[in-house]
Amino acid sequence: MDIFSYSFMVNALIVGVLIAICCALLGVVLVLKRYSMIGDGLSHVGFGALSVAAVLNLSAPLYIALPVVILAAYFLLRITEKGKVNADAAIALISSSALAIGVFVASINGTNIDLQQYMFGSILAVSKGDIIISAVLTFCVLVIFVLFYNKIFAVTFDENFARATGIRTSVYNITVSVLTAITIVVGMRMLGTLLISALVIFPALTSMRICKRFKSVVISSVIVSVACVIAGLFTSYYFENVPVGATIVIYNLGVFLLYTAVSLLIKVTKKK
Amino acid sequence: MSLLNVCDLTLGYEGKIIVNKLRFTVNSGDFLSIIGENGTGKTTLVKGLLGLINKYSGNIEFSEGITQSHIGYLGQKNLIARDFPASVYEIVMSGFLNSKRFGLFYTKSQKEEANRLMERVGIAKLKNAVFSELSGGQQQRVLLCRALCAAKKLILLDEPTTGLDPIASADFYGLLSELNKEGVTVIMVSHDVTGAIRMSSHILYLGKDASFFGTTHQYLHSNIGKSIMVEGCPCDSCAHKQKEVL
Repeated sequence: MDIFSYSFMVNALIVGVLIAICCALLGVVLVLKRYSMIGDGLSHVGFGALSVAAVLNLSAPLYIALPVVILAAYFLLRITEKGKVNADAAIALISSSALAIGVFVASINGTNIDLQQYMFGSILAVSKGDIIISAVLTFCVLVIFVLFYNKIFAVTFDENFARATGIRTSVYNITVSVLTAITIVVGMRMLGTLLISALVIFPALTSMRICKRFKSVVISSVIVSVACVIAGLFTSYYFENVPVGATIVIYNLGVFLLYTAVSLLIKVTKKK
Repeated sequence: MSLLNVCDLTLGYEGKIIVNKLRFTVNSGDFLSIIGENGTGKTTLVKGLLGLINKYSGNIEFSEGITQSHIGYLGQKNLIARDFPASVYEIVMSGFLNSKRFGLFYTKSQKEEANRLMERVGIAKLKNAVFSELSGGQQQRVLLCRALCAAKKLILLDEPTTGLDPIASADFYGLLSELNKEGVTVIMVSHDVTGAIRMSSHILYLGKDASFFGTTHQYLHSNIGKSIMVEGCPCDSCAHKQKEVL
């Protein structure tokens, strides 16, 4: 197929699949812990950081955005954990503020930054450096999930019980949020600020329609996530001018509806 | 021989003292019920015993080879997401995570122990069932089984029958009683005072003004416990029996 003769498509496929795996695995934990909005908040903070870095003409905006978003992840987690401030309101404040700062800074400095590209993503934004970062990231996420699978289950299912048995749950929470931050910063330039959080939330939520056990939810999420990203990339390649981020999200929505329909069917047949 | 010795324990949140200078002892084989009105620090005490919150002062001493992480804990169920995808087996096995520090996977002996305990609490047939599809009573047995996996000798239950219907509660209490007779030491927080008195050997009453710790018999004859009616008090001239007759 001639699709592989374009190096940008190959890059996008590699990064897309790797990010899809990370998003799916982390997404299961985030969705089940009711931290879904963290992904959304982080992508907006990432947008703000990238815009500011681009305006300042820094050579590698990614290396500015990464630490900023990791810091934001830590604070968002603390806000959510403590539950003192209204967590969802706090996340909404942070994400809209970051978005506003990003747009403001970018507009003041003229339109040399492609806002559209940041918002909705582009295959062309994927660089060789992204491949290395996402490969390392995916390796870390996979190793952590394989080695600490049982503990991740315990902390996600019942944090109090896990703490009572001596697991240091805050270490797990911080690890998950830092990995999420990196995943989002790497993935958002391809999928877009507004759409990357869908990649975190959709696969887990979709899988939970049919799969009722933790292990099957994890496996199904990875499959759904990777399949949607690949399908989205091919679609946006064959239909020019179709933004890849939106296509991937639409595929995710389609699979979600399909899974929902199947789960309803299962329910109906069980009742009979 | 005492399993747990609590001495002058003071607990609270953000400078506000909730449990003040509490003293009690739990011996191996005891069944201690912690009762009291809302807001008197029952759940705070549970968190303190588990080490989930830091104590302000006092001591919690464990003996006979158990540590804080070897308490089998059964928390309030409303803290667990109702739609969480998990099989009974996955949940039960997670009880073992305290026993091996560096073990990443479950061992064969742990799996056998889990099977034995699932058999014991009557959920062996539900091993591969989905947790969220079980009845409240069955879910509570699953969580009890997980607690037993984590426990060496001592289990700590925080209002375990909340949300259960009367039959399921009675079943659950029956199972607890049996386990206690088999040698499991039980500490149970309960707002079901009559149920607690019927089952337990010792009572810890947390009140706004005064607390009480002693055997159930002592409690029933204390000023705090006098107002409570139960069947089968062992003494003949006891006010409880007279109340019952009237």
